[in-house]
Amino acid sequence: MVISARSMSRRYGSADLPFVALAPTSLDIEPGEYVAIVGASGSGKSTLMNLLGLLDRPSSGRLRFEGKETTALGPDALAQIRNRRIGFIFQQYHLLPRMTALGNVELPLVYARETLRNRRRRAEAALDSVGLSAKLGSLPASLSGGEQQRVAIARALAMDPVLLLADEPTGALDSRSGADVLALIEGVNRRGRAVVIVTHDARIAARAPRIISMRDGAIASDERRSEQGLMFA
Amino acid sequence: MRRADTLRAAAQALFENPARTLLTLLGVIIGVACVVSMAAIGAGAQHRVSEAIGAFGANVLVVNPGATNKDGVSSASGGEKSLTVADAEAIGALTTIREAAPTDFGKVQIVAKDRNWSTTVNGTNVGHFAIRQWKVATGRTFSREEESSAAKVAVLGAVAAERLFGAENPVGQIVRILNTPFTVIGVLKPKGAAFDGQDQDDVAFVPIAAAAVRLIGGANTVNHDAVAYILASARSSDWMEYAVDDITRLLRQRHARAGRADDFTVTTAAAALAAQDASTRTIALLLGAVALISLIVGGISIMNIMLVCVTERTPEIGLRLAVGARPRDIARQFLVEAVVLSAVGGVLGVALGAVAAALVATFLGWPVLIEPQTVIAAVGVAAAFGIAFGWYPARRASLLQPVAALRSR
Repeated sequence: MVISARSMSRRYGSADLPFVALAPTSLDIEPGEYVAIVGASGSGKSTLMNLLGLLDRPSSGRLRFEGKETTALGPDALAQIRNRRIGFIFQQYHLLPRMTALGNVELPLVYARETLRNRRRRAEAALDSVGLSAKLGSLPASLSGGEQQRVAIARALAMDPVLLLADEPTGALDSRSGADVLALIEGVNRRGRAVVIVTHDARIAARAPRIISMRDGAIASDERRSEQGLMFA
Repeated sequence: MRRADTLRAAAQALFENPARTLLTLLGVIIGVACVVSMAAIGAGAQHRVSEAIGAFGANVLVVNPGATNKDGVSSASGGEKSLTVADAEAIGALTTIREAAPTDFGKVQIVAKDRNWSTTVNGTNVGHFAIRQWKVATGRTFSREEESSAAKVAVLGAVAAERLFGAENPVGQIVRILNTPFTVIGVLKPKGAAFDGQDQDDVAFVPIAAAAVRLIGGANTVNHDAVAYILASARSSDWMEYAVDDITRLLRQRHARAGRADDFTVTTAAAALAAQDASTRTIALLLGAVALISLIVGGISIMNIMLVCVTERTPEIGLRLAVGARPRDIARQFLVEAVVLSAVGGVLGVALGAVAAALVATFLGWPVLIEPQTVIAAVGVAAAFGIAFGWYPARRASLLQPVAALRSR
């Protein structure tokens, strides 16, 4: 089990006037699974994804990552899990603007204390796998939106994670680059990594064998459609 | 994160926004430069005064004729010529006094062969040179016989000698002072300007007996024996108080001043200069206050820019946390950035301050002195501001949940 959440919730605001972003939720994600989380904006899908990616802490409940309870872990231990085991893709790419494509992809390797040579080799390989070996030295501003998102995918894959989390990865892209990005993400899943993709686009969700739909901060439905045969794990 | 990577990340961040970096630097540079230059001017003034005290000698006394306050009317000392050569001899005989030199002076014309020069001619005795610790460069000073016989011999100051004889050796030459020929027997080592700005080397000395009879005294028809002041030295600087008391008692007795106000004033050089010292100390303090204010203003500008830049970079902090940075990696990167900024700004600020001080010294002729402790204090305060306000908000941002940092704009 990559992810095992039990009664996990997230509330904001004060104790007497709480805003419940996520009602107590239980959820398991197996290695190599491909999960789409859908829902209207404000339904709690991003909140759920941030909790699954250890970018936020649940207000209550438990969350196991690869069997390890995370709610009691300190920020350094969480940082290490994010660094080694999880890759993130955001709608707005979140590339550092004055760093080259290569520099951006090297970032997780830097925090993993990789040597200069290893770091360069792995970052180049990651960029090559997203088809950007010709753009190593380009600054994000000189790349198209699709290329920037591919750099972000390379960064997410640089540490070879077990879980890839993508929050509206095609939300800012035209349909052509969106399709490229989606194909890359599906390729990652085909190579055995668990993928969780958050989207409000029904067509993108329809490609996933498991669809979790959210409404008002809770899971409304959780459907598996294994007949599509996208699971290879 | 490796140490080299922390440095690299900090350098990258500094170069990636040159305008922001320059603005922060400017705050540090101006603050530090202000402190360094102001403190240099203040310290220079104080140093010059304490040097003057040291040069004059801590055991030197001056007896001036006249009282500072007579019948309720203040008059400058020297208002009347009540002191005599005999008074000086009596003072010199006191046990607390090492030497006493009666001195009279006037501004007169000296002629040497083809040149002439108007200078201050002092009539005094050989004790004058000892009291002022004035050494001879060439030749010698007066002998006791020359003093008592009113011999027509003269000792020249370095400037007077140069004006009258140029590169020539004046010793053995004849000069005419008020038409009386005098033989030059010595030239003094240069002493430089006194703290009141007067050139002490533009001067000539003759035995007081010769001066009283042939020069200055000739104009003083009332009392040929009167002198302008008596210069004396105490046996040691510890004995100054006793020396002042002894002289006061002696002169009251000699001048039969019982029941009347004193017709003389005893001043110690140190006391006269101490007043001067106090005023320069005030100026130095004032300059220091101005410098401190500019440092605080500089510090506030550093603080503002650091705060703005950390806020602006919170999403970057969030992204770094998301890909695996530990809070301490973030804090360290910002700390290194702040240290680099403060160090570079501090060094440039010290350099700019030194240049400003040098310009003041060159164009205004003020003495300046850059003391290491002011440099350390200025750079230290600027660095403290830079580091505190660069590191602290970054540390706080790094303790946010990564998602909160990522989302902030």
